[in-house]
Amino acid sequence: MSGVRLLVGTRKGAFVLTADGARKDWNVEGPFFPGWEIYHMKGSPVDPDRIYASQSTGWFGQLVQRSDDGGKTFEPVGNEFVYEGVPGTHQWYDGTPHPWEFARVWHLEPSLDDPDTVLAGVEDAALFKSSDGGASWQELPGLREHGSGPNWQPGAGGMCLHSILLDPSDAQRMWIAISAAGVFKSEDAGKSWRPANRGLHSGQLPDEEAEVGHCVHHIAAHPSRPDVLFMQKHWDVMRSDDAGESWQEVSGDLPTDFGFVIDVHAHDPETVYVVPITSDSQHFPPDGQLRVYRSRTGGNEWEPLSKGLPQEHCYVDVLRDSMSVDSLDRCGLYFGTTGGQVYASADEGDSWQAIVRDLPAVLSVEAQTLP
Amino acid sequence: MIRVVLPAHLKTLAGVSGEVRVEVPAPPTKGAVLDALEADLPVLRGTMRDHVTLKRRAFVRFFACKEDLSLEPDDVVLPEAVARGEEPFVVLGAMAGG
Repeated sequence: MSGVRLLVGTRKGAFVLTADGARKDWNVEGPFFPGWEIYHMKGSPVDPDRIYASQSTGWFGQLVQRSDDGGKTFEPVGNEFVYEGVPGTHQWYDGTPHPWEFARVWHLEPSLDDPDTVLAGVEDAALFKSSDGGASWQELPGLREHGSGPNWQPGAGGMCLHSILLDPSDAQRMWIAISAAGVFKSEDAGKSWRPANRGLHSGQLPDEEAEVGHCVHHIAAHPSRPDVLFMQKHWDVMRSDDAGESWQEVSGDLPTDFGFVIDVHAHDPETVYVVPITSDSQHFPPDGQLRVYRSRTGGNEWEPLSKGLPQEHCYVDVLRDSMSVDSLDRCGLYFGTTGGQVYASADEGDSWQAIVRDLPAVLSVEAQTLP
Repeated sequence: MIRVVLPAHLKTLAGVSGEVRVEVPAPPTKGAVLDALEADLPVLRGTMRDHVTLKRRAFVRFFACKEDLSLEPDDVVLPEAVARGEEPFVVLGAMAGG
């Protein structure tokens, strides 16, 4: 019987949660790397037992761990992330120039066809690649050096490259997102890049429709339809139907269009999920009610999903990499909270159960569908 | 042999328990001890100081014989008691957070 493995990164370690295809009874392993922040873990699509994990602390810096046995054991691999050339400056919060400094890996994106190849999105924003299973890392400097880099500014969480989307139909094409610079698109496997933010509108910018500077929180796409992208921006839920060349707002009837996560149903490219958060100054659900919102129309029309989720006194946040879907039938949906809960739905979001309630603050959740 | 005390996180990472011992030429310097540590336990590279610049990470401190050597240059000679193995060279994660 097929099953699901959830890779959960938290403020104080990593956890691996497994269940069979019914997704009712879960086994919880961990913490791995206790006391360390695990910003992200992700498995290779071609070898699910190959898992990469980003491990860091403010004290001892960055490590990358690799598992070759599905998360039973890990070994540290390369942790040397050095920007190409003289990295120069970006803008600091106050608009003054600030040197580019490596802080941590926010997101790991394994290749779609080679378990030894993996991309890393880092803070300060840049894209690195390993072709030897994480043993060594080389920057793809065309992103940072494409021209607008000196104008990028950090979001509240740091100037992080947090989203990497690979096009399953075209190995040359990918998109990344940086907070707070925006979306960038490459059509030559990461060698060169250009901004892809037309249609975004950010009231926090002097030029509200600037080419760069937008605080994009997360982007997602369905693998079968890579020209359609979805975005949760600082404010606004957005959609692109032309591979990021332009964006239209699809916030529609959401109670608030601020939030962090966004994901797409595994079998229906027009079904999208978000978790509305009250505002940029109140990072918790509206009215203390935790609700996932689902659109079956690719945006604009949203329905609240609350069965099994706390509907009073709930003041957690759901961070940008903390939602994931499995590809079982029916599609499973998972998200983690800063309160340490990981919620699972085995019925496309119709109902929810807490798999765990008291983990450290959850930073990321990735679902693997196992054969 | 120089005795080295690592913080808990780095002991776990390196898979060691208790003190670590490293061999360095006499007279032992702070930089030589760190070089030897990283050579013997390569997983520690980048955790105490930057890979390229070798600059100490901001929240890592180096103590010996009740002295803070964190701001001393790498070629500072360690105290005699450390050289003789009577006292350890201490790598410490600075106290921070609540």
